Amino acid sequence: VRAAEALVAAGLRPIVLDEAPRAGGQIYRQPPPGFKRPKSALYGSEHRKADGVHRTMDALAGRIDYHPQALVWHNEDKVLDVLVDGETRAIPYTHLILATGATDRVLPFPGWLTPGVYTLGGSQVALKYQGCAIGGDVVFAGTGPLLYLVAYQYAKAGARVRAVLDTSRMADHLAGVGGMLRAPALLAKGLYYMGWLRAHGVPIHNGIRPVRVLGEDRVAGIVWRDARGRERQIACDAVGYGLALRSETQLASLAGCRFDFNAQDRAWLPARDRAGRSSVSGVYVAGDGAGIAGADAAELAGERAGLALVEDLGLRVDAARTQDLEKRLADIGRVRQALERTFPFPTDWAESVPDDLVVCRCEEITAGALRASVANDGAREMNRVKALTRIGMGRCQGRMCGAGATELLAHALQVGPEEVGRLRAQPPVKPFPIRVMSGGKP
Amino acid sequence: MSGVLRTEVAIIGGGIIGGSAALFLRKRGIDVTVLDTAACGAKASGVNYGGVRRQGRALEQMPLAQRAHAIWADLPGLIGIDGEYVRAGHLKLARNEEDLAALEAYRAHTRGFGMNLELITGERFRRQFPWLGEAVIGGSFCPEDGHANPRLVSPAFARAAGRLGARVLEHHAVTAVHHDGQDFVLHVGDAMEIRARFLLNCAGAWGNTFARAFGEDTPEESIHPLMMVTEPLPVFSQMSLGIQGGSIYARQVARGNCIIGGGRGVNTDADFARPGRANIATLLANAARIMPVLANAHVIRFWSGVEGNMPDHNPVLGPSGTTPGLFHAFGFSGAGFQIGPAVGEVLADLVATGRSSIPIDAFGIARFATPIRVPAAQPLPAGPHEETT
Repeated sequence: VRAAEALVAAGLRPIVLDEAPRAGGQIYRQPPPGFKRPKSALYGSEHRKADGVHRTMDALAGRIDYHPQALVWHNEDKVLDVLVDGETRAIPYTHLILATGATDRVLPFPGWLTPGVYTLGGSQVALKYQGCAIGGDVVFAGTGPLLYLVAYQYAKAGARVRAVLDTSRMADHLAGVGGMLRAPALLAKGLYYMGWLRAHGVPIHNGIRPVRVLGEDRVAGIVWRDARGRERQIACDAVGYGLALRSETQLASLAGCRFDFNAQDRAWLPARDRAGRSSVSGVYVAGDGAGIAGADAAELAGERAGLALVEDLGLRVDAARTQDLEKRLADIGRVRQALERTFPFPTDWAESVPDDLVVCRCEEITAGALRASVANDGAREMNRVKALTRIGMGRCQGRMCGAGATELLAHALQVGPEEVGRLRAQPPVKPFPIRVMSGGKP
Repeated sequence: MSGVLRTEVAIIGGGIIGGSAALFLRKRGIDVTVLDTAACGAKASGVNYGGVRRQGRALEQMPLAQRAHAIWADLPGLIGIDGEYVRAGHLKLARNEEDLAALEAYRAHTRGFGMNLELITGERFRRQFPWLGEAVIGGSFCPEDGHANPRLVSPAFARAAGRLGARVLEHHAVTAVHHDGQDFVLHVGDAMEIRARFLLNCAGAWGNTFARAFGEDTPEESIHPLMMVTEPLPVFSQMSLGIQGGSIYARQVARGNCIIGGGRGVNTDADFARPGRANIATLLANAARIMPVLANAHVIRFWSGVEGNMPDHNPVLGPSGTTPGLFHAFGFSGAGFQIGPAVGEVLADLVATGRSSIPIDAFGIARFATPIRVPAAQPLPAGPHEETT
């Protein structure tokens, strides 16, 4: 939205392709028309920002070509293939801004496939978009700011939140506080959610490790290990779980962008300059799809990428504005570092995974199969593991299982995740039915 | 690894051809070193369609295909895995009477090679294959042909060779090669030199690059077959499908996914291939016409790969015309997977005895011979850095 706004302000008319039915992205996702919950209930303290984004989009109507429910499934030779209204269209471009967002980073643990286990982001979308809760008695587990936010939103909406289980330790939170002081509003919000949850009787446990989900056909509870190593359990009918986010980078990969390993995100990300220019001329990346930084940064980065495009067309941009955007993005980057200290990645995850745990749910491949491909077949790179085990070959094409598989492979080889390569992206970015293109010549 | 390495036989390329050559050489107890620019069996050998079929091959390939058929029968005994190999049959479809006549002529032509082809048409065809569309009217069925998983089978040959004592050097791109009058001398960058009495050129789409280094130029070109795979579907057939004229081929694996190929991808440069938009549309349209059962199936991936193609679609297989001790086996033109193990055995025979018990004269490099002068110690272009899957 912010990129489109910057382009329109420069007199351009962009095509905006949105996979969602209404603008707003994930964080400021709008419910279907006719849903009546007010924005203050949907977006909480962020409702003004949400409203700002939605209003901006409304104001752009007529000055952009907006296509909702448009799945961009391929990107080749400066043409996008887009599935919209049940048909696929080729849309050529001279310039492309990729704001593809993120999904939850899923690092599975035993029982994660039990019906009733959701990602944190999925839990939030259910509530925000559909007004549905994932269960009546819910446990939220994992780490990151989203953990507390979603727990708070669920409790506010009337769900019984049985516990918040955070893999990060109190010591991590204390270590992060110094850095978080750079973002007092964010820190205050986080402390507020935690305080509110405690005040309303929601137990918060830190330094935990999830052990397994209980229940066969439906979640019946969760077992976890507390900071002192004791196994404990709690009854619930749903679990929301997530360990931060991962960027959606397939379209940048198909565009041929160079990728660098980002240690903070533990992921390969499209290389970009401070304005969002990728290594491919005319292709820009912004928002969480270029590296996890959150909604505020996404607005700034979207505008900055839009302005970069305008600059690259030889048009004038306000230099003070671009400098200000870059400075604020850099500030958020430093806050992000503090957040990472506060909610660190559980580096012991890979070693805790038992051999029989299904890592790739599309193809039902276990951690043991991955480890065997290393031990028996000498696999030492992700695409080789994919070829030998089918991890990353299913419906999700590694979007969901790739992060976990990378960690497991790195651990099996006793190297860092940057040493094991990244899955090559192939079209389609998401599956689509054969019939949509059957009109081609025989 | 660095320094000088002595070996009896050096093999350039660890795909199904080079890997099986290494395996059969080790079975004869011959010292062998396999060099692959990336991982063994990760290029065309590993990303192809996976058809294990004799039907449709040219007559001159029949003896090789027949021998390979016998080798495939005991795949686990040879490479230690079943490789998802199934002999569920190969059905080559006809769209019209003309196609049927061509299939009938092929059957008459290849009688005696044990394929037991049977033409199925009319009522019986519809009854037996209700999931096929009206666009096809019959087909020729080869009951013992089938398919396998190339991602698993091809790397397993080099691995089995390794277990029998072959030196398998992955991520070792040969950057220069010549014969110094005594030995073949292969350079892997600046760090490593390999000296060998025999050299097998099993470099697939890059085979001609090495042939040229010995003064033999062929019209090998790269092709990029387009492939796709659907989500798992209820199993409706285990057989492999082809069609007269070759516009599409398809198989369903035990898990339910359908693997469908047809047409070409596009190359981004000499070493890379990508699916390519125009061909994707054609492939999807053909798939839906021939197998209406797939119309609502979701495609989860398109891919392509780089394969060496000869103008007559037969490989270059046999001794070099310029350099004793050098044997070529490349340019399999999209049909090397089934015959690969027999080719490996032939190469081992050539090294060990100087002869092949299977007729290979039709594949000699002489049929293309345009001798060229080789500048001394000419460096080769760097190998591919990334394979397509």
